[in-house]
Amino acid sequence: MTLLQAGPAKAARPRRSPLGWLREHIVLIAGLAALAYLLIPNVVVVVLSFNRPAGRFNYSWNEFSVNAWTDPCSVAGLCEALGLSLRIAVLSTLAAVVLGTLAAFALTRHRFRGRGGTNVLIFFPMATPEVVMGSSLLALFVNAAIVPLGFWTILIAHIMFLLSYVIVTVKARLAVLDPRLEEAAMDLYADERTTFWRVTFPLALPGIVAAALLAFALSFDDFIITNFNAGSEVTFPMFVWGAAQRGMPPQVNVIGTMMFVAALAAVIIGQFAGRRRRMR
Amino acid sequence: MSAPTAEPPGLVHPGLPTPPPPPPRLRSRRLPYLLLLPALAWLAIFFVVPTITLFSTSLQTGSIYEGYALTFSFSNYLDAWSRFWPQMLRSLLYAGAATVLALLIAYPLAYTMAFKAGRWRNVLLILVIAPFFTSFLIRTLAWKTILADNGIVVEVLNALRITDVLSAIGLTTDDRILATPLAVITGLTYNFLPFMILPLYATLERLDVRLIEAASDLYASPFAAFRKITLPLSMPGLVAGTLLTFIPACGDYINAQLLGSMPATAMIGNVIDAQFLRVLAYPTAAALSFTLMVGVVAIVSMYVRRAGTERLL
Repeated sequence: MTLLQAGPAKAARPRRSPLGWLREHIVLIAGLAALAYLLIPNVVVVVLSFNRPAGRFNYSWNEFSVNAWTDPCSVAGLCEALGLSLRIAVLSTLAAVVLGTLAAFALTRHRFRGRGGTNVLIFFPMATPEVVMGSSLLALFVNAAIVPLGFWTILIAHIMFLLSYVIVTVKARLAVLDPRLEEAAMDLYADERTTFWRVTFPLALPGIVAAALLAFALSFDDFIITNFNAGSEVTFPMFVWGAAQRGMPPQVNVIGTMMFVAALAAVIIGQFAGRRRRMR
Repeated sequence: MSAPTAEPPGLVHPGLPTPPPPPPRLRSRRLPYLLLLPALAWLAIFFVVPTITLFSTSLQTGSIYEGYALTFSFSNYLDAWSRFWPQMLRSLLYAGAATVLALLIAYPLAYTMAFKAGRWRNVLLILVIAPFFTSFLIRTLAWKTILADNGIVVEVLNALRITDVLSAIGLTTDDRILATPLAVITGLTYNFLPFMILPLYATLERLDVRLIEAASDLYASPFAAFRKITLPLSMPGLVAGTLLTFIPACGDYINAQLLGSMPATAMIGNVIDAQFLRVLAYPTAAALSFTLMVGVVAIVSMYVRRAGTERLL
């Protein structure tokens, strides 16, 4: 804040010229421009959901229409793909959160041989480009030929790449927990199980919820790894990818807009609920 | 100043205090292993084994019809490099350019959020995360509309003669942006921008403002205060952000495919995808994948070491 205020000099020579104003607010202006860069594509997606495209591709404005909104599932395969993506996202998030939370507890609450090596192993999937992970898993599935490519291979792949993100997120929360709270519970004659469920777990819960939300978003939106391992199944991102080659119906924008609004509403409600709870 | 984080996962959450030592009472020696077992087994079977399989595939010869045999033919690598070095180089250039651009765009926004937003801070944070909620493929396709040949962006840049400059340095061609390197770099920058903003914001938010005030009390110009105080203290976030942008950008093929033109803007990801899924030349594709993985790890560790030592100076 102090960076751009000229301090005492400001009072001595008030800069009211447009150039001076620009100089004082340049960081703010750049920041808002960055925000615009980030948000303009979302605006375009919303606007084009009300479009009646002239050709097969919904890329330029033609005329206003609510057709796509009244019947979003009229495009063959779109809602099936959406359903598959939601199923995969829910299942892989559940599995990754359970496995990842256990591992995060082990890594923050215990000192044991191989802890450093484990941390490196967990870091590696995050440092590997998706195209490498996707193709190497495909090589395994094709070579081993135990599970045919499809629903289960997508699920396996998603749990794999979500695990690292879940572990890191939960670990970050556990790392800042005050160990004295647990000691206090033990001092007050709570046994280990009671301490865990009444103190440790509730304190860790925000981290676990954050990890679950992140995992859900990452799984739902994944294209590259999924595309390698999906066989003939089509997830929502794969449907969009196909649509980009064959013809882009405005219904895709409708689904995109709905997701955006639903998630935004969830975040805002969550914020308000959090504030309410804190006030009480 | 704190030493560089030796523990890689710390990169994602820079600025967090180092974890307190685990409670002294160790319930059981076996417990941590039991807790870790499911996650580690999963990673071992579906990450480590595939990586080894990938390496072994990259040394095989044969064809999809006759089957493959492991012949330790390292010539697969030489062959792949000599055929696809332009795409490798292009990936590094595009990813590097996108990382630098993302940093230049993200820093003012993260700075605004941390120091200037006041009670708007949470709103800004939601607005930064909000784009995530719409599938990134749909948002990437929206750039087709924004950069369209008769759209506002192209018209303005043409009127200002900026496209002439851009095409002189090879970023655009024929007064258009779509299907040029510029479109691909724009898309890459856009797609990974939140990964740059969030770590930067996380470190800036924890920065002690009194240090900057002290600098200006000691007659440092705003720029000097930024260069000597804010920038060095935001290095953990900066390093994490550039890595989180550069790594995925290197392997990305979505932007090159949707916003660029094949084969002129093909990146290494496009080649790997095509070799694996369409040409079915598994050894070549595996050799390229493995090269990408090793290359990224090498660049990342060199960069982390350099950034770390600079911070100590």
